[in-house]
Amino acid sequence: MPIEVNGKSLETDEEGYLANINEWEPGVAEVMAKEDELDLTDEHWDIINFLREYYEEYQIAPAVRVLTKAVGKKLGKDKGNSKYLYGLFPYGPGKQACRYAGLPKPTGCV
Amino acid sequence: MAKADFEIPQLNEYPEVPPVVPGTMAHSKPFIAKPEFQEPLNFPGELPDDWHDQAIDAMGDLLGKYRSLQVYLDSCVKCGACTDKCHYYLGTNDPKNMPVGRQDLLRKVYRRYFTFAGKYFPKLVGAEDLTREVLDDWYSYFHQCSQCRRCSVFCPYGIDTAEISMAAREIMDRIGVGQKYCNEIIGKVFRIGNNLGLPEMALADTLEGLEEDVEEETGVAVKYPLDVKGADILLVTPSADFFAEPHVDGLIGYGKVFHEAGVSWTLSSKASEAANFGMFIGSYENMRRVSMRIREAALELGVKRIIFGECGHAWRVAYSFLNTLAGPFDFLDPKYPVPQHILEFTWNEIQKGTLKIDKSGNDDMVVTFHDSCNVARASRMGDEPGGQFKIPRNVIKAVCDNFVDMAPETIHEKTFCCGGGGGLLTDDLMELRVKGAKPRMEALRNVIQEHGVTNMAAICAICKSQFTKVLPYYGMDMEMIVSVHQLVSNAIVLTGQTSEDDDESADDAA
Repeated sequence: MPIEVNGKSLETDEEGYLANINEWEPGVAEVMAKEDELDLTDEHWDIINFLREYYEEYQIAPAVRVLTKAVGKKLGKDKGNSKYLYGLFPYGPGKQACRYAGLPKPTGCV
Repeated sequence: MAKADFEIPQLNEYPEVPPVVPGTMAHSKPFIAKPEFQEPLNFPGELPDDWHDQAIDAMGDLLGKYRSLQVYLDSCVKCGACTDKCHYYLGTNDPKNMPVGRQDLLRKVYRRYFTFAGKYFPKLVGAEDLTREVLDDWYSYFHQCSQCRRCSVFCPYGIDTAEISMAAREIMDRIGVGQKYCNEIIGKVFRIGNNLGLPEMALADTLEGLEEDVEEETGVAVKYPLDVKGADILLVTPSADFFAEPHVDGLIGYGKVFHEAGVSWTLSSKASEAANFGMFIGSYENMRRVSMRIREAALELGVKRIIFGECGHAWRVAYSFLNTLAGPFDFLDPKYPVPQHILEFTWNEIQKGTLKIDKSGNDDMVVTFHDSCNVARASRMGDEPGGQFKIPRNVIKAVCDNFVDMAPETIHEKTFCCGGGGGLLTDDLMELRVKGAKPRMEALRNVIQEHGVTNMAAICAICKSQFTKVLPYYGMDMEMIVSVHQLVSNAIVLTGQTSEDDDESADDAA
């Protein structure tokens, strides 16, 4: 089902992930968050931006531990854990945050 | 936790057999694989016009290949012993989730086309034509079986519903009706080397990060080597161990055990996945292709032994089928079992006394153990019957003072599936996963209330991910689920390790 972002119609897969990562723009995250009734804060954006940077380098979302470590370094040790990330992204940081960031869904036994 | 748009089952003090409510889960079906996910597995992309004839041909082919399938389809006497044994029935009340109800979806078509009575007197023997409605039912309900084989333990004829589900999925794949989750993943294994699609560079970076973390925590340079030629041991572990929590804590534990045992080991970027979803879809060809990577990696790296990490169905494939799928493994050291489970290795080291253990590392926990279905009912560990039950518990008890088992009818060979096995660990089946977890959640809640259990340990990547997701639906903490080797990791004292007290005082000073 396509989503409408700034007047453009962007294709997504059955699970709501962007079909073409190159079509991503910040508005994608805003639109997706609105559908989930979630207000995106700076804390959310820190995660989304990190995911995108990591993906650019490694062509995959970062492992949970890589993500929590990076968050811990940047925002303080008390925030470098899954609890904090689940607090921000209740559907799970690996999946919900990846979707907002335009990344493909992590697959497998995760 | 995400909001639930379905009713979450109430947990009872005692297991209750629920009343039958037909059709409660008829709506449940996973996303169908698009052609791009079918074709790499050599399956057609879409349902062909002559799908009916092709499906019957495929069934005939499987009946010819697997004598067991025909025996299972012929021998059911409708005694009813299986009816209340499936976690999906217990959680959903849907009679098509009773193992016999599920089997009959395939059996009625088998009878119609392959038995004398069914060909000429179909109504008398419950035989039915294969119609589009029947196919839709197959797709729905053969994706509500986690192939855990609990029902087969109770069946007086030993009918294995898992094998029937696998056959049904294979028939559907051959007529272009595959499941997205499994088939996309198998394609990633062929293309990239693992279920996640984790490329070599990202894997190397992740492992480097782990080395830093362990050294920071312990002061000891434990290595997590990748593609080291000439290493003695190839560790094949689920890619979730690189990616998810609590899986990665188990991987850290394997590394610490190898380090202290003084053996040389390596991971492989080619065989960076233990899982073999080829089994879930019942496809011998795909299961074989996935397995061959392990053989190739072992040969290229020149290892002497292969050890599998904590992964349930991978251990079934490894223990029961690896030799015929990808053997012979005559190039490995014959002194060791091919393959070996990481728990066998760790238990040996504990018995030899090579590991220094400080159980106080787990003093904050009261632990119970979830037997994973494929390990419990389709494999063994060690060299005596029941080793697959004893060895994990022996290891837990060796590193943790507080261990309590759940109720006897929910453990060992009678263990309940986590609710996400057999290729069902996907978000589009969340209702099924939550409901199917009910029997396990009940048993867990009982030991929490009676014995103060704080954590449940598991040795399967699917179980760990599934529980992380479903525990909150039942009001329990997602972090209750731990890896067995995470417990080992907490208790192991590395040679030269700086104690935690030193770390804390260093932190205080800083």
